[in-house]
Amino acid sequence: MGIDLTTIPALADVEPVRSTKTPLHLDYEYTAGAASSRFLRAVKEKKLMGQRCPKCGKVYLPPRGACPTDGVPTTDEVELPHTGTVTTFCVVNVPFHGQQMEIPYVSANVLVDGADLPLFGLIQEMPAHDVRMGLRVEAVWKDDDELETSLENIKWWRPTGEPDADPSTYEGQM
Amino acid sequence: MRDVAVVAFAQSKHERRIEGYNEIEMMMPVVGELWERTGLSANTVGFTCSGSTDFLAGQAFSFVTILDAIGPWPPISESHVEADGAWALYEAWVKLQMGEIDSALIYSYGKSSPGDLPKVLTTQLEPYVTAPLWPDAVSIAGLQARALLDSGKATEADLAEVAVRSRGNAKANPKAQLAGDFTVEQILAEPYLANPLRKHDCPPITDGAAAMIIAAGDLARELCERPAWIRGIDHRVEAHALGVRDLTDSPSTRLAGQKAGVGDGKIDIAELHAPFTHQELILADALGLGDDVAVNPSGGALAANPVMAAGLIRIGEAAERITAGGADRAVAHATSGPCLQQNLVCVLEGEG
Repeated sequence: MGIDLTTIPALADVEPVRSTKTPLHLDYEYTAGAASSRFLRAVKEKKLMGQRCPKCGKVYLPPRGACPTDGVPTTDEVELPHTGTVTTFCVVNVPFHGQQMEIPYVSANVLVDGADLPLFGLIQEMPAHDVRMGLRVEAVWKDDDELETSLENIKWWRPTGEPDADPSTYEGQM
Repeated sequence: MRDVAVVAFAQSKHERRIEGYNEIEMMMPVVGELWERTGLSANTVGFTCSGSTDFLAGQAFSFVTILDAIGPWPPISESHVEADGAWALYEAWVKLQMGEIDSALIYSYGKSSPGDLPKVLTTQLEPYVTAPLWPDAVSIAGLQARALLDSGKATEADLAEVAVRSRGNAKANPKAQLAGDFTVEQILAEPYLANPLRKHDCPPITDGAAAMIIAAGDLARELCERPAWIRGIDHRVEAHALGVRDLTDSPSTRLAGQKAGVGDGKIDIAELHAPFTHQELILADALGLGDDVAVNPSGGALAANPVMAAGLIRIGEAAERITAGGADRAVAHATSGPCLQQNLVCVLEGEG
């Protein structure tokens, strides 16, 4: 397919356009929303505030304002401890562009005690190859004068030294 | 064809900027109102279809997160259109015509405030020679309005009259963002925003949401005392490149209107999705609407224009007037794309 340019004398010696660039840049001002705003303000006070679904009783951390299974607002706030269990993890061995951590390092899903949704975080202060499912961890926070409305306030999670959690306590979270 | 009707409709109060809530929190109470009114739920309704665009949120697959607002568990039959909710309605209507389900939820939302809307809309232009010039949506509409005036089909006073009527009608619409009493002289005395368009010729930038439930046959009669039956629905599209179209006319609307059967009976009211005043004149002409038709009794998109929901709202507003008994036969229209590129026409009727 295509147009036979040789039939148009004026275009006989013209190189066809094979590609074009359309630069695109748009700025957005993200709205966290009511539930996330409350969560982030609490995080600035070094508190982990989850929200409970009034229908199924599940506690969401971080909360987004709605129970994704029941479609109703999660209005009850629940303060949660700073301890949890590793439900799943990944040892990062591959360097990539923009990387800030030294490899190997461990990214993990941490199910905070009392929550029904795991948080994403880093596991530090132990050898990467010792991280395992069921590992009990606690949050390591930034210094008080550095706290912001951001989950980055938790620098990483470190082992508590407790025995591993029973798999039945987190089997629904994998 | 199965008889399918709009049985319930709900919309948010429309605002320039809803800062306290994210899209889920904006959508949830609107859908919740419909569950309450119909007794249906995400699990008992046959199908769910939403309409929105990632470009408003600036996030890929943003529509997936909004499913949190309806509680899709256990897993539901669900779909999404990257278009106005009116096209989600069309998909749901086709699904009901297939006969396997009897009801559907359609929802749609537009939170325009996070981005710069006139620029965001530039991204829907033809990408090779038009979009790289970065014409904003208001300027593009201005070109169309200029073409219409130059053709002699309308005057600036005609445009102002549309604005006066829309803003006046919106006073009776509690969900409207802009309403008020104006005169043609007042509007014509204002400076141009994008010549020949003035501020009142243009829609407000709106955050808002809407939802609708449609049902077939007896279920529709069960859920609603006077369902608004969809007697015809059709949508057509025109060329992407603005330069190959006659911007003073809307042949796609005309064709969709013919296929939907607009001319098969007397029309009481019309809800036309005309974000700009001159577009209402083009649409009314394409649909062959007479002077006896009440156009945009809700105030139309000039009163509130949540992008991706404003078309579905036109159908909902028309349906609600039929359900309330104020109209027997209505035409509702939705548009998408620059300068009325795509158009959907829906004819609604009450029974008895």
